[in-house]
Amino acid sequence: MTNLDVALLKKDFPIFTKVMRGGSRLVYLDSGATAQKPIQVLDAEREFYEKHNAAVHRGAHLLAEEASELYEGARSTVAQFLGATDDEIIFTKSATESLNLVAYSFGNSDSSNRFYLDSSSSIVISEMEHHANLIPWQQLAKRTGASLSWFPVTEDGRLDLSNLEEVIKPDVKVVAITHQSNVLGTINPLDAIVKRAHEVGAVVVLDACQSVPHFAIDVKSLGVDFLAFSGHKALGPTGVGVLWGKAEHLREMEPFLTGGSMIESVTMTEATWAPAPRKFEAGVPNMAQAVGLAAALKYLTALGMDKIESHERELTEYALKKFSELDRVEVIGPKNIEMRGAVLSFTVEGAHPHDVGQVLDQYGIAVRTGHHCAWPLMRKMHVVGTTRASFYIYNDHADVDALVDGVRQVQKYFKV
Amino acid sequence: MELDSLYQEVILDHYKNPAHKKLSANPTVSVHHVNPSCGDEITLNLILDGSKVKDVSWDGVGCSISQASTSIMTDLMIGKEVPEALSVVDEFTELMQSKGTLNGNEETLDDAVALAGVSKFPARVKCALLGWMAFKDASLQATGKNEG
Repeated sequence: MTNLDVALLKKDFPIFTKVMRGGSRLVYLDSGATAQKPIQVLDAEREFYEKHNAAVHRGAHLLAEEASELYEGARSTVAQFLGATDDEIIFTKSATESLNLVAYSFGNSDSSNRFYLDSSSSIVISEMEHHANLIPWQQLAKRTGASLSWFPVTEDGRLDLSNLEEVIKPDVKVVAITHQSNVLGTINPLDAIVKRAHEVGAVVVLDACQSVPHFAIDVKSLGVDFLAFSGHKALGPTGVGVLWGKAEHLREMEPFLTGGSMIESVTMTEATWAPAPRKFEAGVPNMAQAVGLAAALKYLTALGMDKIESHERELTEYALKKFSELDRVEVIGPKNIEMRGAVLSFTVEGAHPHDVGQVLDQYGIAVRTGHHCAWPLMRKMHVVGTTRASFYIYNDHADVDALVDGVRQVQKYFKV
Repeated sequence: MELDSLYQEVILDHYKNPAHKKLSANPTVSVHHVNPSCGDEITLNLILDGSKVKDVSWDGVGCSISQASTSIMTDLMIGKEVPEALSVVDEFTELMQSKGTLNGNEETLDDAVALAGVSKFPARVKCALLGWMAFKDASLQATGKNEG
């Protein structure tokens, strides 16, 4: 039993009418990379351009007013979705930019700023980070002389928190961690991490790309200090990401990008900054995309985040069961449903992930293959790469069945 | 099935039994190439005898296309003069970039024409070229033509 009427909601997604290779229907199992878009999102974007297009926060004309209202309305929608206040929401072009914003802002701080780092500070990440939440910190450590350490990952794909206090030492300034692994599907428990981080005066930066689209998030109850997610994985357009940060932090932080819109006053030699969130939004923003994202979040809210969560949970449980019946196929990551999202990575003995994906494509099944921008994790799990199926609101049992049949075809094709 | 134009029998054979997949000692040049989009990696050792390709050996991980293509390439290159070998690399590169419009010349490319179907799958062209680019790099380094 599923809580979502998949057949009905699928009608909102024009892409599912497409005929795929071999005349197959589209079995889209790559929402972990990017989600498909409902017509409501496409309409919102189109309508912005058709009826309200103007540069926000500039100009004295009607269109500028309407555009600003829609853009700021989108900010409110995001804030409500996360349980935050409007001024804590910064629009970026992507989650990657959101995470870089935090890293570069910290790096731009002088020694009087609480976010200042030097060789006496350290940064903690985890071994299961996507490159987007790894490289910005690795490079910040290099630029500032701070040391970098990380939580290891256990053989069953969980974060090893057994020596929490040794990893988050008193000199730690930043703990940057993913909410849900994009490869393993593991959902990381945050309470102990947040508690310990705050004990030593560190801030917690959460990469929520794989969680925000899939279950209800309330930033206050999570207790983290920053949260980043991308619009396009949450049914929204590409080109828009979000950074949420606690108001007190945003006040103290240095800007990342500088230019128009983010200033309070400017002379030829000096500038002062507008308050957050404007301080972090230099240049004309991706307005139509922000408006599209708001439409996406409204769409998800109307479906119900709790229903989405239980739908995906049921689907993942079904997929895990079906995969356990396959010979010479191994699930990489937690094999039970506890603290686990709708991402299923696997290997097929004797067949490289690229070849698996190629055969599945012949049946209209879209999966992701390779190292999933998590190269260190691949090495840790002793694989060169995996094939990853990720589920969302428009997937159902028939899609899982198609995937399982597809994997059998792979084994037949390569005689493995 | 469309897939059969990609995975010709000869490709699957080379994948299962790759040729020269054991690094020879004392290479003239050794190179390591990576395909960052999928994580495929290859180490290739080249031994020249004057301007002649005496031995090409390799090791690495990758998909059937990259493994088979590298295997086919080694068979093809050993024994050739470097300039001729490089012109075969260019010919193969052109075939891979042909988007399915070329079939390849069997006289010069031999088994490598079986990879012609790869050119219809843009995401796989890099897989097919991995070993060949490693060979080209090694040859240019060995003959001192690589200014980089």
